[in-house]
Amino acid sequence: MIELEHLSKCYGGGKAQTKPATAGQDRQKPDQPGDQAPKLAVGIQALNDFSLSIEGGCLYGLLGPNGAGKTTALRILCTLLAPDSGSVTVAGVDALANPRAARRLLGYVAQEVAIDKILTGRELLQLQAALYHLPNAVRDRRIAELCELMGMAAWIDRRCGSYSGGMRRRLDLAAGLLHRPRLLVLDEPTVGLDIESRAAIWQVLRELRNQGTTVLLSSHYLEEVDALADRLAIIESGRVIAEGAPAALKASLGGDRVTLRVREFSDEPEALRVQQLLRACAGVRQVVVNRAQGFSLNLVVEHEGVIEQLRRQLGEADLPVFALAQSRPSLDDVYLQATGRTLNDAELALAGIRDTKAERKQNMR
Amino acid sequence: MTSANPSLAPLAPAAEPSAFAEISQETLALTRRLFLQLQRRPTTLVAGVLQPLIWLILFGALFANAPAGLLPGGGGYGQFLGAGVIVFTAFSAALNAGLPVMFDREFGFLNRLLVAPLRSRSSIVLASVLYITSLSLVQSLAIMVTAALLGYGWPSGAGLLLVLATLLLLVFAVTALSLGLAFALPGHIELIAVIFVANLPLLFASTALAPLSFMPTWLSWLASLNPLTFAIEPIRAAYGGPVGFSTVVLEAPYGQLSLGTCLAVLTLLALGLFVAIRPLLDRKLN
Repeated sequence: MIELEHLSKCYGGGKAQTKPATAGQDRQKPDQPGDQAPKLAVGIQALNDFSLSIEGGCLYGLLGPNGAGKTTALRILCTLLAPDSGSVTVAGVDALANPRAARRLLGYVAQEVAIDKILTGRELLQLQAALYHLPNAVRDRRIAELCELMGMAAWIDRRCGSYSGGMRRRLDLAAGLLHRPRLLVLDEPTVGLDIESRAAIWQVLRELRNQGTTVLLSSHYLEEVDALADRLAIIESGRVIAEGAPAALKASLGGDRVTLRVREFSDEPEALRVQQLLRACAGVRQVVVNRAQGFSLNLVVEHEGVIEQLRRQLGEADLPVFALAQSRPSLDDVYLQATGRTLNDAELALAGIRDTKAERKQNMR
Repeated sequence: MTSANPSLAPLAPAAEPSAFAEISQETLALTRRLFLQLQRRPTTLVAGVLQPLIWLILFGALFANAPAGLLPGGGGYGQFLGAGVIVFTAFSAALNAGLPVMFDREFGFLNRLLVAPLRSRSSIVLASVLYITSLSLVQSLAIMVTAALLGYGWPSGAGLLLVLATLLLLVFAVTALSLGLAFALPGHIELIAVIFVANLPLLFASTALAPLSFMPTWLSWLASLNPLTFAIEPIRAAYGGPVGFSTVVLEAPYGQLSLGTCLAVLTLLALGLFVAIRPLLDRKLN
């Protein structure tokens, strides 16, 4: 359904020939002091040999921290942005050579909802319908259907300026669905939404997928991708670094995650002592002392029996057990494994080096 | 399943209708949006009529006691000023053409248009031209009616046509300029600054407020090269009485300007500006 091959895109003063490798490294190691100055000079390598293949009829998630290149990839897919190099194919249509045919196939729900505050929701949908060349009869029927589906009937004739965030997002989703696209692309569809609106949007996306529409969404919420997506790709520094079904990715890590606290608040010597003890056990891997969480210990166990073994060993060493939590690997663990840091940490690191004002300028036509 | 809830199933692409039908559908919808905005926020329209109206009344009164025969061609100052204010009205309105486009660029609404399979991106420009043309003509007509009520005259049948044709040409040219600026400048602050700076000097350096004979040589040169003058003089002539294309409407320092020349210059200017902004629009809209 979608083939993105070897996409590269460099923003800012960097035209393509400015050392993109350096820019990429800067983004991977943002915490090195003194590395920030070159960023301004060379521009930002938003996508770096980005390739992705998505089958028709699935709900696909792009997962990555803010600033990883998700929006850039989606904007290129939706023909809003030309890549420096690479190819884009949507349902067999070359989107770079024949953008109008590609635009007809897809609906795009942007991250920042651009709504004309003076128009009512219905007028906005009518405008949208004309831009997609729907006949008036089809238009009115579709608007009525979508009003019901999104629960917009009560406020669709009010001006958009009075809408809440959730209402705007629902209207925008309706606008994207108006022409019944074969592919719906959503950029961070639930950021900043209330729980109710988020659940409503999830439900619509699932129904869409069930009825044959391909849905591609980007998100930096692990739980959103985990709950929704049939398949996902993890994006980091403008590349796809892992790809597959959430369950398969988690299963491929193997083992169970265990968090152990011998006391509610332990101290370092004791934690190190426990660490030594645990390392000696068979079937235990990656024992890490988590200083941020009261010197608890994070470890991976191969199978169920190991836990019993652990309890026995701790008892013999006269150590108490305040808490022992066991869980299957999560998507966060997948992310950690693939990138070497948690999604949360990546977010924080990128937030420091990101120039959102410059990005907004870039997106302006 | 599909029949139970048809609203979500993807639609098979239908046969392609004619280009004309699609382009007019897009353009009409985009124009309708601009007029809905105007209807709900009529401030622009009101201010656009109010400002020239104040000019007409205050400036007209300023020279009310000037000795008769001071101005070439006779008649009072109010009558002289009328043509200038009419052109100024149309000019100011058209100069604002770029603002809605600039706001659409800044707020990302343009992206909504660009992601849609528009048959031609010219629809976006065409809608702006249609909107601004009607808006500035309505404003100019309001000023013409007021001038007539103040006793400054009303052009005859053919003269009225000449006035409208001249205004149209000027509005096209200025709209092209403003749309070009809307895509070339980084934001609305810069666009408003350019509009602000361009507006009054162009008015003063034209024959809107005073005839060439009142000006020092350098200013009379400027004024007789100013596009506004090429619109003001035909309109002034139309108010003065019957005219033909060969009627001399201005004794410029470089020679006599006929009505036909003025209109030809305005036509060339409008065409030239649209050709000039074309590459910029192509780059920004594709």
